[in-house]
Amino acid sequence: MSFKEVIRFALRGLSANKLRSALTMLGILIGVAAVILLVAVGNGSAKAISDRIEALGTNTITVMSTNRGGSASTALTTEMADAINDPTMAPDVKSVSPVVSSSATITYEGTDHSVNSFVGTTPGWFTASNTPIGTGTGFTADDEAQGRRVVVLGQTVVEELFPGVDPIDKQVTVGGALFTVVGVLKEKSSTGFQDANDTAVAPLSAVRQVLTGYGALNSILVEAKDPNKVDTVESEVSTILDQRLTTTASSKSSTSSTPYRIQNASQLLETQTATADTFTTLLGAVAAISLLVGGIGITNIMLVTVTERTREIGIRKALGAPRRVILNQFLIEATLLSVIGGVLGVAAALIGSSFEIVGVKPVIVPSSIGLALGVSIAIGLFFGGLPASRAARLRPIDALRYE
Amino acid sequence: MSKPVLEVRDLKKIYGEGEATVHALRGVSLTVERGDYVAIMGSSGSGKSTLMNILGALDVPTFGSYHLDGVDVSKLADRQLALARNRLIGFIFQAFNLIPRTSAVANVELPLAYAGVKPKERRRRALAALDVVGLADRAKHEPNQLSGGQQQRVAVARALVTEPALLLADEPTGNLDSHSTADVLSVFDQLSGAGRTIVIITHEPEVAARAKRLIRLVDGQIVEDNRQSPLHLPPVGAFAGRHST
Repeated sequence: MSFKEVIRFALRGLSANKLRSALTMLGILIGVAAVILLVAVGNGSAKAISDRIEALGTNTITVMSTNRGGSASTALTTEMADAINDPTMAPDVKSVSPVVSSSATITYEGTDHSVNSFVGTTPGWFTASNTPIGTGTGFTADDEAQGRRVVVLGQTVVEELFPGVDPIDKQVTVGGALFTVVGVLKEKSSTGFQDANDTAVAPLSAVRQVLTGYGALNSILVEAKDPNKVDTVESEVSTILDQRLTTTASSKSSTSSTPYRIQNASQLLETQTATADTFTTLLGAVAAISLLVGGIGITNIMLVTVTERTREIGIRKALGAPRRVILNQFLIEATLLSVIGGVLGVAAALIGSSFEIVGVKPVIVPSSIGLALGVSIAIGLFFGGLPASRAARLRPIDALRYE
Repeated sequence: MSKPVLEVRDLKKIYGEGEATVHALRGVSLTVERGDYVAIMGSSGSGKSTLMNILGALDVPTFGSYHLDGVDVSKLADRQLALARNRLIGFIFQAFNLIPRTSAVANVELPLAYAGVKPKERRRRALAALDVVGLADRAKHEPNQLSGGQQQRVAVARALVTEPALLLADEPTGNLDSHSTADVLSVFDQLSGAGRTIVIITHEPEVAARAKRLIRLVDGQIVEDNRQSPLHLPPVGAFAGRHST
């Protein structure tokens, strides 16, 4: 009997009971699709977290004062910022941006809007803090040096104050002084409860003059030349700051601990990576369990399907079918069911992954497709083939008597 | 004289071990010549079904030899045994044993497929066999769309489609009403008249009465072997016509 003939037999066997074949395929489909989708959802949420953290800027460190009240000796000053920007002492520093910020009310033609963070800084801040400008321009170092009153607004502020109007070159009032809008920040994804787009950025000198006065800086944003050099930069910065603060504050014994705090974005990233790893492990476990459950389902239905047909195998043997032919027929049936079911499962998973699932955009992991498909087909073949070969080895009379 | 179709010598079949041992056959010797129509009768538990399964190469005897068309069946390997079942024997079961959800003609084609006959030729011969049993118009029906008698006639067609040396029927009318029984029996008469060798098991005397030779089995042994009509003449029922009722 030719191989083509056996395939036709298998197809006829499958179509003889369409409901059973469809249910078997459905079982395999669900098993495969569940594994792929679960892994994709987990992968998607891990990716979303890492994207958000990367949006904060990964090659920067932020120096902040720990003394809130801030006696002059422990406060961060622009001199310190200048000192950090020292090519010999700190060769890996790319830029240093002193930052002051306060809340302020911006007024435009009678409309008020209070921003949480009205930031005063230097032009380097935009790239260092990963806050690109959407339309218009930023301000220049010259603007900063001259204390020109120009401002770059965040998206939320623009929506509040300039609905349907181009804000560029309009004048807004902040703290009793007029600021000219020169640019709008590109929309930024929010990282927490605060709206990252509810902000305004102006030259440091102007903000100090109008809003915060010439006191201490809120923070200093230091950008490293390379994301890998962040730790080096951190130690360089702390060396410089230690020297500075010792010379100015050594007389005071109260400053035994460092009066500043350095926040390292790469540490954040490391934490995130560790979190993602934990997540991946968790997902692997979930995937393994769903694969197991799916596999048991496939095992079940294959065993039932073939065992139910033991009598049929007996009839076929009584009519003179050799063992090999029966085994081939059932193996091909099992292969067809598992492969078609598996491929449909992959298709279902691919379609499902194009939708957001509980707020997460799933990202398919290619290896999970191979794994789910491979395991399902292997299980289908094994548990389809095993009872078939057992039944084919029976004496026809025993197979016929099987109930 | 040609060699017998079927020859068994001192056949014994023992089930179980120790105290639970059951002697289903206690040494049966039997020779069936070509063209004969043999009915085997016996009460339940007399070993007639066991004998039939062994004759059909579905089961193996514990002791004894079995020659089918001159071939020693006990010496055959699985593959050759499958070949023997396919080419030499046509088996008809009490429970019909058609493949479910498969059309009558596909059921009849099955043994031909295992014999390696080409699809076109297969279809032609299957339809011819269905015609012999008077079911050519039901070829596309599935078993559950056929009556019991029709199913059994499909099974008969399936058994004779390979033109086997021996037709074995294990209580073929056991599950049928009298009308269907008459239908099936007239097919047997007709086949016997055409020169086929038939061995049939039954416990109905009117079925046995139509055979050329009657064998009674009691407790695994032959107690009576009676020729009812000559070997070379058609059986008594052959002229009754298929649809005489």
